[in-house]
Amino acid sequence: MDEFIATFFNVEVIRAASPILLQGLWMTLLLVLVAVPLGIAGGVLLAVLSVFRHPAVRWPLIAWVDFFRAFPPLVLLVFIYAGLPFAGIEIGAFGCVAIGFFLNTSSYYGEILRAGIESIPRGQVEAARSTGLSAAQTMTWVVLPQAVRNVLPDLVSNTLEVVKLTSIASVVALPELLFQARQAQSVTYNPSPIVAAAIIYFLLLWPFVRLLSRLEHKAVARR
Amino acid sequence: MIRRRTRVAAEPVMTGPAPIVAAPIVAASGIHKHFGALHVLKGVDLAVAERELVFVIGPSGSGKSTLLRCCNRLETPSSGRIIVDGIDLLDRHTDINAVRRRIGMVFQQFNLYPHMTARGNVTLALRKVLGKGRAEADEIADAALARVGLAEKANAYPLELSGGQQQRVAIARAIALEPRVMLFDEPTSALDPELVGGVLAVMRSLREAGMTMVVVSHEMGFARAAADRVVFMDHGLVVEEGPPAQIFGAPEQERTRAFLRQLDH
Repeated sequence: MDEFIATFFNVEVIRAASPILLQGLWMTLLLVLVAVPLGIAGGVLLAVLSVFRHPAVRWPLIAWVDFFRAFPPLVLLVFIYAGLPFAGIEIGAFGCVAIGFFLNTSSYYGEILRAGIESIPRGQVEAARSTGLSAAQTMTWVVLPQAVRNVLPDLVSNTLEVVKLTSIASVVALPELLFQARQAQSVTYNPSPIVAAAIIYFLLLWPFVRLLSRLEHKAVARR
Repeated sequence: MIRRRTRVAAEPVMTGPAPIVAAPIVAASGIHKHFGALHVLKGVDLAVAERELVFVIGPSGSGKSTLLRCCNRLETPSSGRIIVDGIDLLDRHTDINAVRRRIGMVFQQFNLYPHMTARGNVTLALRKVLGKGRAEADEIADAALARVGLAEKANAYPLELSGGQQQRVAIARAIALEPRVMLFDEPTSALDPELVGGVLAVMRSLREAGMTMVVVSHEMGFARAAADRVVFMDHGLVVEEGPPAQIFGAPEQERTRAFLRQLDH
């Protein structure tokens, strides 16, 4: 038992690793603060564009969204990281991760918001337009506020996935939480830093999992 | 371009045909509408004079709702011409949003915004389209809600209101913009029978205040009592039109007679 604790919950090791784990946590949070707003902004754009039925908008949009939803995010990230320098573009690991996350997550946010927009009865749009509101004003004041509320559980759920997905940034040597934990593990020859990182992820995400549960219950109750 | 118009002082007109003025508020001519292979309107003319209440009746699928929706370009006619308040709705250069705020519309399903209070529903266009400040918009909205008898429901959300109350909020939303003409698309068809009266009472008071109205509805009693003119449509065409006494009392066309006979059963 002592050996088990010394191996997986080694307080000494975790204490020694805590400064770099903390650095990793900040990087993870910074990544979330960049990736989530970028993804949501891109998603809103994709969802709003999906309202246009014109083939010149519709088919490229479907191709775009399908492509990035089918493309494994890890492969996408490695491709951007390894590929862009060959195109003469040097933007560093953080830039690569930001681009990869934008391409991947905006497609998911876009599909969720599109479903939200489509859940709003056509009659409300007609009513708004009949009072002289433009299409953009109708989208902004009538459709989107309700659409977001209707798909809020899915948006929160997707955001949780995005936060968890930030750990793949470790493969391009971005010093986020998982990367730092692995560094500490390889230096100390002890897996405790990984366990510590796992606990940090859990503590970070668990409140949002609870929130999601409550939102989903409310959504069911509303039906 | 929007011309400013001075309003004619509104003296209540209860009965009798409205005085015919030179330029009608709504002048639709030769309206055709296709939905794919479906030919819904087959060359319809409709002229509505200022302060006139025109009732459009006809079996479902006759094209009457489509005609109404063409009058504010919720549907774009395949061909024809529509002038509303002197503005050509089908002209490419027409700012349709600027015209629409002068054309009020009331829908069968009310179509209130459920995430806003009754007051919020009325103020949205006042603020975003007319650019009024919150205080002024609230004042106008409260006055409009008072006109439809719902002053005390300003802070209620649509789901807290009965169907009849929702429809009256929808009317308030339209009249707050001081439209030149109001279009009613089966305004009472989705209502429980006991709630119809309240909506019709509001429509009657609008009529008495001199509002120009085009009403698609099956409320024949209301048509008889309040309409200046009744237009009977069938299969995308106007079959017959005239004063209610003539259409309901002595229709000339067999199709009109057949339709009215069916209603009696």
